[in-house]
Amino acid sequence: MSATVTAPTRPAAAPRPRKAGTAARRRRMLVWIAQHALAIVLALMFLAPVVFLALTALMTDEQALTSDLWPRTWNWDNFATVFAKSQLLRWTANTLLYAGLGTLFTLVSSVPVAYALARFRFRGRQAAFLLVVAAMMLPPQVVAVPVYLVWARLGLTDTLWPLILPMLFGDAFSIFLLRQFLVTIPREYTDAARVDGCSELRTLVSVILPMARPAIAAVALFQFFYCWNDYYGPLLYAGVQQEGWTLSLGLATFKAFHSVQWNLTMAATLLVTAPIIIVFFFAQRVFIEGVTLTGVKG
Amino acid sequence: MASVASAAPSRWRRREGLRALVWLSPWLAGVSVFFVYPLLATVYFSFHHYDLFTLEWAGLDNYRYLLRDPRVVTSAKNTLWLVAVMVPVQTLFSLGLAQLVVRLKAGVGLFRTIFYLPSLVPVAAGTITFVFLMNPSTGPWNQFLALFGVTGPDWFGDPAWSKPSLTLLSVWSCGQIAVIFMAALLDVPRHLYEAAAIDGAGPWRQFRSVTLPSIAPVLMFSAVTGVIYAVQYFAQAMIASRVASGVTDSPGSTFTPGYPDESLLTLPQWLFQAGFRDYQMGYACVLALVLFAASMVFTLLLLWQFRRSEGAA
Repeated sequence: MSATVTAPTRPAAAPRPRKAGTAARRRRMLVWIAQHALAIVLALMFLAPVVFLALTALMTDEQALTSDLWPRTWNWDNFATVFAKSQLLRWTANTLLYAGLGTLFTLVSSVPVAYALARFRFRGRQAAFLLVVAAMMLPPQVVAVPVYLVWARLGLTDTLWPLILPMLFGDAFSIFLLRQFLVTIPREYTDAARVDGCSELRTLVSVILPMARPAIAAVALFQFFYCWNDYYGPLLYAGVQQEGWTLSLGLATFKAFHSVQWNLTMAATLLVTAPIIIVFFFAQRVFIEGVTLTGVKG
Repeated sequence: MASVASAAPSRWRRREGLRALVWLSPWLAGVSVFFVYPLLATVYFSFHHYDLFTLEWAGLDNYRYLLRDPRVVTSAKNTLWLVAVMVPVQTLFSLGLAQLVVRLKAGVGLFRTIFYLPSLVPVAAGTITFVFLMNPSTGPWNQFLALFGVTGPDWFGDPAWSKPSLTLLSVWSCGQIAVIFMAALLDVPRHLYEAAAIDGAGPWRQFRSVTLPSIAPVLMFSAVTGVIYAVQYFAQAMIASRVASGVTDSPGSTFTPGYPDESLLTLPQWLFQAGFRDYQMGYACVLALVLFAASMVFTLLLLWQFRRSEGAA
């Protein structure tokens, strides 16, 4: 019976899907081309600033003041001039100290707090978590005056220590991120370790930490980049002596001291940006996974 | 028997609470020193005149001055502009970019990398680059616009165009948000789209009924952080003003933030100027409380609206 029903429809229906198929395929093809063309144009526009930055960094002083786009001569020694005319190496060392110690302190202090918030059942757990979120949302400028006065009394202003030392007490954003990851680890793992007689600290170090490696790597990278890019903190605390500055602070002031030398300013900008880009290419996956963690779990 | 059974959990619970207290204590100490104490001290200082040397009672003087300070109005207007224009533009562009990238069949990884990279460029470096690129006499941006017959303005030097210039910078460095959106879009179950397509839903309808509800929490989180970020907007505006005006800022210098014409002045910059350049710590504390209130209002407002829209859906 089914054969008698399908038999007459087959010749009528067969050509139609093929025609519709070619039309649909052509449409899909056009959409494919349009999408990729748009992506290529946008990608070029995203890359253009860096390209022009690099081209200007290689021009002579005079040419950088014109509207030329292509260097007439390639002045690679502009980079050497930047090192000679500014304290770029000193700023790099200061920035590394700030970012390195800051990241280390943040991890050591934030992991236990995040673990306790994610695992322990105690009264006020909800309130403690809300406090983390509140601290995370608080603009740093709100508490700037009293905090500055405390550091001034301790004689630590004009150094980077007021930016590094607080990281020993946990960083709200890092705690938030780690906690969001740690709550997703099934309780069975920690319970099993507890049954085996592990102390809470042993459980954290030998069971949780290996499992939380992607989240810890992401938090470390974010904190490092935060410190590396921070402008407000060093502006407030690093003082007026150039020896104490960080890269962001030095770079932002560079133009004022070399006002007619756009080429040198651009060369310095490139030198400050390059290490970040290099680190990115080595740790690309950690970054993308980490960024995803911040958004989706939020 | 019953008393033993009820006593054991409560003792266990107390021990758990004590242990939590021990684990949280370094952070709680940090919160008291860097969060609770400064907030209370800010309120205390706001009723005083303080220039780092002499502290004297001021009553409501600082608050009265707040109401007469034209710069507070200017910075509030600028911040509102950032919240109303820059944050939506950046969010919508990121969403569009993410939609485009997840649809690509070839070179997804490469495109994602290219769009993400600018968000890693240090704020100081990115801002200086844009001030140069958009400089009408030396940069290529206006030459590019001239190809289309458009005469570009003096971007960072024109009060009417300085905020749009920073918006372009924010679009360029939107990679972080775009990557978050990409992950969210890929998390939307495919079968929902197939079901919608069978029901005859076009692309726009699919976006509204399938995509938008699925990514709403992520969109919301990004909007909240975007607005809070706009309220504390500092580095980009400060650096753009400095580099474009060519005047350096140091303690005691005559640099006034917000160049050109205070069009980039935001509350955090004015607070910084008042407290750490003019040494009017008491007044800076009043500004800090305004900033605190503003960020709280925006957070609560957005969270409230989010709950309402979820209830309606």
